[in-house]
Amino acid sequence: MKSAVRTFGPLVAIAVLAVLLLVVAPSVLSPFRLNNLGKYCCWAIAAVGIGLAWGRGGMLVMGQGVFFGIGGYAMAMHLKLEAAGPEGIPDFMLLYGDGTMPGWWEPFRSGAFTLFAIVALPAVAAAILGWAIFKRKVKGAYFAILTQAMAVVFATLLIATIQETGGFNGLNQFTFFFGYNLYDPVNKRMVYSITAGLLIACLVVVWQLYRSRFGELLVATRDAEERVRFLGHDPANVKLAAFVIAAVMASIGGAMFAPIAGIISPSDVDATASIFLIAGVALGGRALLLGPALGALAVGYGRSTLSEQFPDQWTYFLGALFIVVILMFPAGLISAAGRAAGLLRPRRRVRPTAARPAGATS
Amino acid sequence: MRLDHPSPDDLGQDYLEIRDLTVDFDGFKAVSGVDLTLLQGRVHFLIGPNGAGKTTLIDAITGLVPATGVARYRNHNLLALKSHRIVRAGIGRTFQTATVFEELSVLQNLDIAGGVHRSPFALLRARRGTPDYVEAALGTIGLGDLRDRPAGVLAHGQKQWLEIGMLLVQDAKVMLLDEPVAGMSAEEREETGALLQRIGTERTIVVVEHDMDFVRSFADLVTVMHAGKVLTEGTVTEIQANARVQEVYLGRTADAAEAAEAAEADAVTHEGAGRD
Ligand SMILES: Nc1ncnc2c1ncn2[C@@H]1O[C@H](COP(=O)(O)OP(=O)(O)OP(=O)(O)O)[C@@H](O)[C@H]1O
Ligand SMILES: [Mg+2]
Repeated sequence: MKSAVRTFGPLVAIAVLAVLLLVVAPSVLSPFRLNNLGKYCCWAIAAVGIGLAWGRGGMLVMGQGVFFGIGGYAMAMHLKLEAAGPEGIPDFMLLYGDGTMPGWWEPFRSGAFTLFAIVALPAVAAAILGWAIFKRKVKGAYFAILTQAMAVVFATLLIATIQETGGFNGLNQFTFFFGYNLYDPVNKRMVYSITAGLLIACLVVVWQLYRSRFGELLVATRDAEERVRFLGHDPANVKLAAFVIAAVMASIGGAMFAPIAGIISPSDVDATASIFLIAGVALGGRALLLGPALGALAVGYGRSTLSEQFPDQWTYFLGALFIVVILMFPAGLISAAGRAAGLLRPRRRVRPTAARPAGATS
Repeated sequence: MRLDHPSPDDLGQDYLEIRDLTVDFDGFKAVSGVDLTLLQGRVHFLIGPNGAGKTTLIDAITGLVPATGVARYRNHNLLALKSHRIVRAGIGRTFQTATVFEELSVLQNLDIAGGVHRSPFALLRARRGTPDYVEAALGTIGLGDLRDRPAGVLAHGQKQWLEIGMLLVQDAKVMLLDEPVAGMSAEEREETGALLQRIGTERTIVVVEHDMDFVRSFADLVTVMHAGKVLTEGTVTEIQANARVQEVYLGRTADAAEAAEAAEADAVTHEGAGRD
């Protein structure tokens, strides 16, 4: 009984969240608020991946904006081409360029290719990058700085390529989403539902990963990487798998962000945006199943409301909250709240006195 | 490579062959030209004073430090393999300080060691029940009662047993144990020795140890190392009779030799007393 609760309790929590996001929210929120919630869901999807890589895998991924951006730009390119119509080319290319489209844009006319690219591009990029990083045993602060630098480079590259990627303005003014008119509120709501559904799906994926042997191995790698080697595993491969999954999730979040926000620009994928994603994960509790997602939703909500009321100061609020949480509740606000309410019993009955050295006496 | 040498199958035995193994730390030879043949079914002890190179030798065999020479097990050239491949070739080790996963339970620690037998796809499934080989290892190391305890709360000796259990689950054919009984009580040492003899019949077991009483009780064969070289090899009696061994190891001073003899006499008396 008890173990069934432990195993399937999290699934119930995911189901509750699913009902809240897919049934309750659409019926009580205005289309504007619902669309905002959709944006938070996009960040939450990326956050779920960060929870896997950082919370369970110990890799402080400070550059997830890159993968968020890969998905976001891939989707945006398709939407741009869809808006331009068959044979048409994106408006900004006429504005800033000579009116010719780079060849690598062409495949994104196809919706199927775009969907494939949203998963495959970040996976391949993360696999190559991760391979180089983990095989060289780069870790800790070096890893964090390296990934952060990646986000800086990525954003700089985007800004510098105005003719190909829209530069500083990014890509915007989408009219259709796979044939559905984005100005129709019904279709907007559908895009929201897809996003919320993807968030739930990602949560179910990590739920299974956390309870799988891979999940145990990942935590073991986080806590004692060298020891894992002597279990016959290359820790680089274990970390690589988590890193790739996290990258794909960030990409999916980014892909849905484009049609919901109506824009994707360098400021959505740069170093600041990456840290913003990390902040949500840290607030919610990086190693918990629901912590990263709820944290990201909360930070997203806080960002909107605070920025409406205090457009200039809200980042300081967020920064201060982040510092307080890291110092006082390193496991995240959810676990702190849970413990305060007595909802979470101590995770393990650790009674050192009970460990007698006579255990093996036969 | 060495075609003149009989293969494991010809001998009907598994063995680990080490030839001219040298570990060079920037000019300092921590291990220097070591030859060893470790046969299956024996509890093989590796002794020697501090800094003799025992740990470094094990590190070299398990891919932790680069070495020259030959270390061959079945058809694997161990010196060219990465640590995790060496484990998959059937060679397991423990460390001087026990390194179990403190957050995981005893059972999970054992189970995670079985990963070598699972495909990557199987890793994605949750654990259901306890695999037979995990249950068997749990019984062998005698930690059945503590199966659900986090390994972090185990006593020092129990952690070493758990590590040996993890090697059993890994199905390590060669076990290299670096000072497994250091810090154990007398009873725990007895139990560990008995455990090693029990599991040693179908495996090659190498134990690094300082405590001569323990060596005397459980060693089939002893290799003495000193300053990176093999000083001599033989049974406990042969080793103890060796003047050079006494010089470098047993009796750096005459006092220590005397003390060792006194301890031995003591043990005999105890045995006598026990029979009364
Ligand atoms: N990475 C290293 N770099 C340089 N010297 C090293 C390194 N590792 C070990 N040594 C040296 O090599 C020698 C052998 O060390 P080793 O740890 O193998 O001895 P040991 O026989 O295991 O001793 P102990 O009984 O104290 O465990 C020592 O002099 C040690 O200082
Ligand atoms: Mg040593």
